[in-house]
Amino acid sequence: MNVGLLILIVLVIAAAGYVLGRRRSLATADGNIRGMHSLPGYHGQSVFLFASVPAFLVMIVWLLVQPLVIENQVSALIQPSDIPEGSSLSLVMADVRRIADGLDLAVARGALTEDQIATMRADLTNLRGRLADVGVAIAADVKQSVFVAAQEYRALNKIGLMVMSGLVIAVAVAGAAYSYSRITPRYRARNVAEAAIKALLILSSTVAILTTLGIILSLVFETAHFFNLYPARDFFFNLTWNPQFRGGSDLGIIPLLWGTLYVSFVALAVAVPVGLLAAIYLAEYASPTVRGIAKPAIEILAGIPTIVYGLFALITVGPLLRDYFAQPLGLGSSSSSVLTAGLVMGIMLIPFVSSLSDDVINAVPQAMRDGSYGLGATQSETVKKVILPAALPGIVGAILLAASRAIGETMIVVMGAGAAAKLSLNPLEAMTTITVKIVSQLTGDTEFASPETLVAFALGLSLFVVTLLLNIVALQVVRRYREQYE
Amino acid sequence: MSVDNTVAEAGRPRLIRADRTRRRNAAETRFRIYGVVAIVISLAALVFLVLSILSNGLGAFSQTFIAFDVYLDPAVIDKNGNRNPEEMKKVTTIGYGNLLKKALAADLEARGVSTEGIPPKEVDGLLSKDAPAQLRDKVLADPGLVGQTIRFETYANGRIDGYFKGRVTMESARLDSNVSPEQLELADRMRAAGIVSVRFNWGFLFGPDASELRPEAAGLGIAIIGSAYMMMIVLVLALPIGVAASIYLEEFARQNAFTDVIEVNIANLAAVPSIVFGILGLALFINFLGLPQSAPIVGGLVLTLMTLPTIIIATRASLKAVPPSIREAALGVGASKMQTVFHHVLPLAMPGILTGTIIGLAQALGETAPLLLIGMVAFVRDFPGPPPEGFFDPAAALPVQVYNWTQRADPAFVERASGAIIVLLVFLLSMNIIAIILRRRFERRW
Repeated sequence: MNVGLLILIVLVIAAAGYVLGRRRSLATADGNIRGMHSLPGYHGQSVFLFASVPAFLVMIVWLLVQPLVIENQVSALIQPSDIPEGSSLSLVMADVRRIADGLDLAVARGALTEDQIATMRADLTNLRGRLADVGVAIAADVKQSVFVAAQEYRALNKIGLMVMSGLVIAVAVAGAAYSYSRITPRYRARNVAEAAIKALLILSSTVAILTTLGIILSLVFETAHFFNLYPARDFFFNLTWNPQFRGGSDLGIIPLLWGTLYVSFVALAVAVPVGLLAAIYLAEYASPTVRGIAKPAIEILAGIPTIVYGLFALITVGPLLRDYFAQPLGLGSSSSSVLTAGLVMGIMLIPFVSSLSDDVINAVPQAMRDGSYGLGATQSETVKKVILPAALPGIVGAILLAASRAIGETMIVVMGAGAAAKLSLNPLEAMTTITVKIVSQLTGDTEFASPETLVAFALGLSLFVVTLLLNIVALQVVRRYREQYE
Repeated sequence: MSVDNTVAEAGRPRLIRADRTRRRNAAETRFRIYGVVAIVISLAALVFLVLSILSNGLGAFSQTFIAFDVYLDPAVIDKNGNRNPEEMKKVTTIGYGNLLKKALAADLEARGVSTEGIPPKEVDGLLSKDAPAQLRDKVLADPGLVGQTIRFETYANGRIDGYFKGRVTMESARLDSNVSPEQLELADRMRAAGIVSVRFNWGFLFGPDASELRPEAAGLGIAIIGSAYMMMIVLVLALPIGVAASIYLEEFARQNAFTDVIEVNIANLAAVPSIVFGILGLALFINFLGLPQSAPIVGGLVLTLMTLPTIIIATRASLKAVPPSIREAALGVGASKMQTVFHHVLPLAMPGILTGTIIGLAQALGETAPLLLIGMVAFVRDFPGPPPEGFFDPAAALPVQVYNWTQRADPAFVERASGAIIVLLVFLLSMNIIAIILRRRFERRW
């Protein structure tokens, strides 16, 4: 029985509980709604909740725990002598799982029957060939002990799933029956149902906390794992980034950090003046018509996915810069460069800077402008000497938020900045960033044992910490600024 | 103004006063111009971006086709003569390739298109490398065709297609080992004879991806389905969870340490780099929970977590916009707090919530970086099954497909990538327009 079907069964039980509960509540009150504490629908709801919620909780816990238990049981079957040279228990277990899945698939396709599998011996039949027929590839020929482990794995999984199905259905029925038996006209079904719904609301709002927790835990654990394999001092202070497949890699973050900061700096150098001046013009000078057209048009830039900017950098901006700047000036011959990525990222950041600054400038009280005009200042003098100083904290907050965006941006640099880790000052040379290397170390091969893969988590953690700090500071600055004028 | 100044302060030399005013006015004008320039730069960047994508990508929607008569020789593709598809599967694409080669040569001769001076291999090279597989699929789907002469239409090779779209020229063909100027001239003659035509290509929208060597056959079908599956998952998970969380925070929660922590968390999650969510997906959903790689379910879960803050922020704003008098009236006639919220406040806030949700979905649709980490870059040729099992099958996603195509060597894939971007932008545009219409029609001002 699969999980989807089980969910459906529980829902059907719960729905039936709703109908029955509703009917029974009316029956106990002899059809007189006024004699009941709660409306019939609430009685139905409380039966529904009692039937479904505990059953789903049991199911979730079971699904989380079962693989761990089975893994333990099965790995006990594998002797140290079964593990080939240069391999590990976890790799053998991966094989076991793959064989088990392959057998399931073979049964589902009708290529094998359960009886055949039970009597099969790995050393006699060509298991590898048979599994290849159903599209499951296994690296080497299968040892008998591994095959036995796979059979055991399948058997345990099957038993586990059956026991779970029985248990979940039993819990659902028991919950429904319990709640059904409690129905009387005086039963406070509405309070029960509302308390349960409120619990669900609270549960939903903790998803944000759980997500943050999940991010931190997954990053910290794998980073700790990485620092066991590779010294932290080298990671933070080594000046070269040169991963090797055969070990002995140099995995220093410094060149990546340099690339990240350089690209972000170029991006901000584009976005801050343009965005700020555009915001000032829109807030202080533009007529309502111009503002009504230009402001949404600029904000379109914020709605365009970063992959579009990445492609723009790759096929348009990069070749343009190479043909008209880098090659004539003799500064480089690559179309991906710090300047390419920085320019395009700058365009992407314009709306961030402009709409945040626009809000901030609009929040400056009109009285300050009037005071300045009253003293005879021109409009631009008012902007430069009164409004900007007053709005400065908010603008700084906006720039910090834009900086955090720039540091964490991935697709534009993946497609525009290049892949070579370098410490260079030439903006027309290809350099690489932290995010680019996270992508390149984690795509394709995801064998979680080598420092070359795990370094991505250390890079991710560094990125997370830096952007988090920037965000917290920026949000604080903006909030304090708002309070100042409210 | 300058007149006023000079009259009011008579004690000083006139010239300098006027000068100073002129300078101040010039500064004013300059400042204004800076502002205009900034806006022009932003808008020019937008226009340039859109034009560059359009000019590169529109070509992907039309394709060069070659149509000719093929005699499906039973001696080649069905040696036993019993039209049994199982036995006919033994004939590989090489057999069909030979059939096509002969048929094309015969058709050219019959129509009087001269192939003089061009080796047969190059004539054959006008066809897509995908053509034999297409013919084989067609025959296997309908074995009754064997022995007949059918009109078979297939893609022209990517280079020939590029020639008709202006990407490949006679000069570039001379330097290219994959195509010769003679082939291009032949293609011109074939077009004049009506064998070759350029028209809209549905295969680009609905077909599966194709390998590195056959850009002309690559399509977006699987990517569109994968993206659609992910959006379904995001909608089904993020909307209820986001709305529930917002209702709690906005209507029930007291101001305490717990709600403070949640608020700070939501604000920060909205600004965490998207790639970090990809790492979370890889570590939590794939490594820890053992969900399959490159499956829409994992992508959908990751995008759900990313979209939640957007939906929560939008929902809270629209809940806040419902005036307190509505709540007070409901409470006043004896509704419980829960009834007040679900029967009165929530329906009134619904348009705002839906608008926020659509905008959140649009963001999620364009998100690429986290999907790279959870294996959506894999080359997928088979369409995923129908949901819900299909959620666990390997699939691609629209933005990732774009990235994938840009990593390939053949320049024809650049056109495909830009075309895919156009498709993506059309989806985003329609979602945003729906959001705007919803807001216009249903938003109430209190």
